[in-house]
Amino acid sequence: MKEDLALVQTLNAHPDSRCWFVSWSPTGTLLASCGGDKAIRIWGLEGDSWVCKSVLQDGHQRTVRRVAWSPCGNYLASASFDATTCIWKKKNNEFESLTVLEGHENEVKSVAWAPSGNLLATCSRDKSVWVWEVDEEDEYECVTVVNSHTQDVKHIVWHPTQELLASASYDNNVCIYKEEDDDWECRATLQGHTSTVWSLDFDATGQRLASCSDDRTVKIWKESPNESGQGDLSWKCVCTLSGYHGRTVYDVAWCRLTGALATACGDDAVRVFKEDESADPDQPVFSLAAQVTKAHSQDVNCVAWNPKEAGLLASCSDDGEISIWRFKPED
Amino acid sequence: MSGGTQLENANPMVFQRSGDRLLTANDEDEDVHDPIDHREIFDLIRSISDPEHPLSLEELNVVEQVRVKVNDAESMVGIEFTPTIPHCSMATLIGLSIKVKLLRSLPDRFKIDVHITPGTHASEEAVNKQLADKERVAAALENSSLLEVVNQCLTPNRGI
Repeated sequence: MKEDLALVQTLNAHPDSRCWFVSWSPTGTLLASCGGDKAIRIWGLEGDSWVCKSVLQDGHQRTVRRVAWSPCGNYLASASFDATTCIWKKKNNEFESLTVLEGHENEVKSVAWAPSGNLLATCSRDKSVWVWEVDEEDEYECVTVVNSHTQDVKHIVWHPTQELLASASYDNNVCIYKEEDDDWECRATLQGHTSTVWSLDFDATGQRLASCSDDRTVKIWKESPNESGQGDLSWKCVCTLSGYHGRTVYDVAWCRLTGALATACGDDAVRVFKEDESADPDQPVFSLAAQVTKAHSQDVNCVAWNPKEAGLLASCSDDGEISIWRFKPED
Repeated sequence: MSGGTQLENANPMVFQRSGDRLLTANDEDEDVHDPIDHREIFDLIRSISDPEHPLSLEELNVVEQVRVKVNDAESMVGIEFTPTIPHCSMATLIGLSIKVKLLRSLPDRFKIDVHITPGTHASEEAVNKQLADKERVAAALENSSLLEVVNQCLTPNRGI
């Protein structure tokens, strides 16, 4: 491995607790984190250092599991074990709680904004995925509840350009949803993982999807060409990365700028994989470009690539810390 | 949780408790690093109460020292526990109590795996999967009534 993953800074983000998730704002200038201490923290650069700009407390009664920035960067959504999703609006440099979305029967595990900014998706241990529509008056309405999984839905992600949604579940499957006559339906079920699928990420064009699992592998899925439009979609697993991760892979992040794939693992390591340029696109080959075996002192829960600055990666851990890394590819 | 007065396993087999650990000179020496060994782990979990009976997991042979695996250098602990009957509905709760006791007692660096002894429970895969899912465990422990039940199992009592 000639590439390097260098530590830039470590933040004691959620002291005496665990940090579950980090998310960069669309401009890449802010980082939101959330954790078991029920708080959300917003971090920004001051000179050369990342500092805490604000703390959003009292929004939730239990662990905040995930935070997501709206595409315009003016709103933040937070998903909590208290079964609610809170929408925060950015006013000057502070965030105000705008509304609370209720409806899930138990813990909300994830929330994600569609690229258009008009739709929001949430998923829960109640096995459902909810799609919400937001209008110009900041009013949110649930437009669909989909029950395609037989167990806890861990994560949902939107396609980067199309109105297509993917979900990862404790039932070991990934589901892909599309809208049909105002209703969202599961159009493909991706089977292959042998244990819980924890996370997903699309590549820059949305043609491929990466999934990671408790089965200690990462799978790459590609949509097969099909008769356009109608009927079910067909996604096939074109690559499986196995033998690299010592424990559950909790998160995978596909850099939209460089194509590098980062993973967060329960063996305390952060790894970056790169695609072999010369391989057949239908049979991609990924190799390990860099790894930090003791990136954190406990499980790494999340990795996130900065959307504007190539090579800047954030990770967070059960030890409550966030680390910022710089990935230097070989020239 | 368990509802009425019918116990699932009204006449469990009761096993003898092992004696206290014999201390060696090295154990007493402050300067020698004590790697955590399986006796130490067993001492942490043996007195956990069964949810239904006024007996410990050791007395019911639910936990045995021989089913404790420790690797201090790699910070790993593996526990196999044996429910008293194959359809025991308390299995998840017992597994959770063992997990919580170890999470609270061991240094943060440890990875703790709690499984049902293979072949001893009808739903062992489902129970093992729940116990291995740290998100499910974390959410469960935020449920105050469940946490109360777990804490009761972990409360030392009866002057053991």
